[in-house]
Amino acid sequence: MLEASGLECERGGRVLFRGLSFALGRGELLRIAGANGRGKTSLLRILCGLAAPAAGEVRWRGQEVGALREEYSRQLVYLGHAPALKDDLTALENLMFAWLLAGKGMPVPSDSLFQALRKLDVPMTLQVKKLSQGQRRRALLARLVLSEEQPLWLLDEPFAALDTEAARIVEDLVSAHVGRGGMVIYTSHQESRMAGREMRLDA
Amino acid sequence: MLDALRGVLARDLLLALRQKSDVAVALLFFVIVASLFPLGIGAEPNLLRAIAPGVIWVAALLSSLLSLGRLFAADHADGTLEQILLGASPLGVVAAAKTLAHWLISGFPIALIAPLLALQYDLDASLYGVLALSLLLGTPVLSLIGAIGAALTLGLRGGGVLLALLVLPLYVPVLIMGAGAVEMAGAGMGGQGQLLLLGAMLVVSAVFAPWAIAAALRISSE
Repeated sequence: MLEASGLECERGGRVLFRGLSFALGRGELLRIAGANGRGKTSLLRILCGLAAPAAGEVRWRGQEVGALREEYSRQLVYLGHAPALKDDLTALENLMFAWLLAGKGMPVPSDSLFQALRKLDVPMTLQVKKLSQGQRRRALLARLVLSEEQPLWLLDEPFAALDTEAARIVEDLVSAHVGRGGMVIYTSHQESRMAGREMRLDA
Repeated sequence: MLDALRGVLARDLLLALRQKSDVAVALLFFVIVASLFPLGIGAEPNLLRAIAPGVIWVAALLSSLLSLGRLFAADHADGTLEQILLGASPLGVVAAAKTLAHWLISGFPIALIAPLLALQYDLDASLYGVLALSLLLGTPVLSLIGAIGAALTLGLRGGGVLLALLVLPLYVPVLIMGAGAVEMAGAGMGGQGQLLLLGAMLVVSAVFAPWAIAAALRISSE
């Protein structure tokens, strides 16, 4: 489904990785490991089409992702390490606008939104600026509960700032998604209980 | 597609409602600048009447420029822009929604309040309509052109200065037509010609600017 071939990434005149190729099929989980500054985030940004690789290409179902654009965007969820939450809106409002932006249309199913936030134990009616760092991460990760339809999940450090309970919920969500035949690529420093392939960028 | 447009529009208006002071700054700037001129120049009705359209239009233009810097900056800083770029609807549509929100917050109130400020210049009451109409047609053009500049200078150090240098020359035709419409109407020649040209500028920029904004956003977010 997702194929990367000969990817090269350059930052500030330094080559981070070169000739990186891999393929990911249904129901596969891939963890990208590597020390800080090895290009894990850059790789994810290239994979989701936000950045262009210096060389090589990313293909989705055989087609180059740059040409697919929105068609490809509709198939994926990308959660970066930036919060992507508006401080002046509540967690619920943030989730609602994320829902609309993802093109899932009106009417917004408020029950599912409530459930998603309740599952991750996020205060719904508080403005995000009043939430703690971990609660913000939870508010962002609540999007995963609503993203069963998107086959490809790209998660940048999903476990950062999470307590063990939230980390377990996220692990369960990821495992369930992989079990459904979805694909997940994530970066993490911590070893995880989840089975799956691993790719090291500093090798 | 329209859901995303409505969603982004509603979100930006809701944010403006929660951050009232940010919105008030640009409007207050417009009111203050336009009010300082009569005070500085003194009570000379003929002179005031002559400069009124130009001064009010320049104040509107600068106020629009003032609020442009914020248009994409917050979304860029908190990562929302990445989510917008990866959204399911065409980026041009979302760019149009954001620009429309910007105009509703900054340009539209200016057009409404301008006749009130024109009182201080002893502008003939028959010209209030033309002044408001010229601003109603012209300020969306300012927002659309300005948004291209704001998208291009996103994330740059000293982006504010660069934005002004980039955008001000493009604002000049709008300024000439806008202020000209009121002057012509004041001279009894009717301002329809200028107003029609402003309308044409609005149509052209509304069709092309969103796609230019989208392209600029993609470039500056790489």
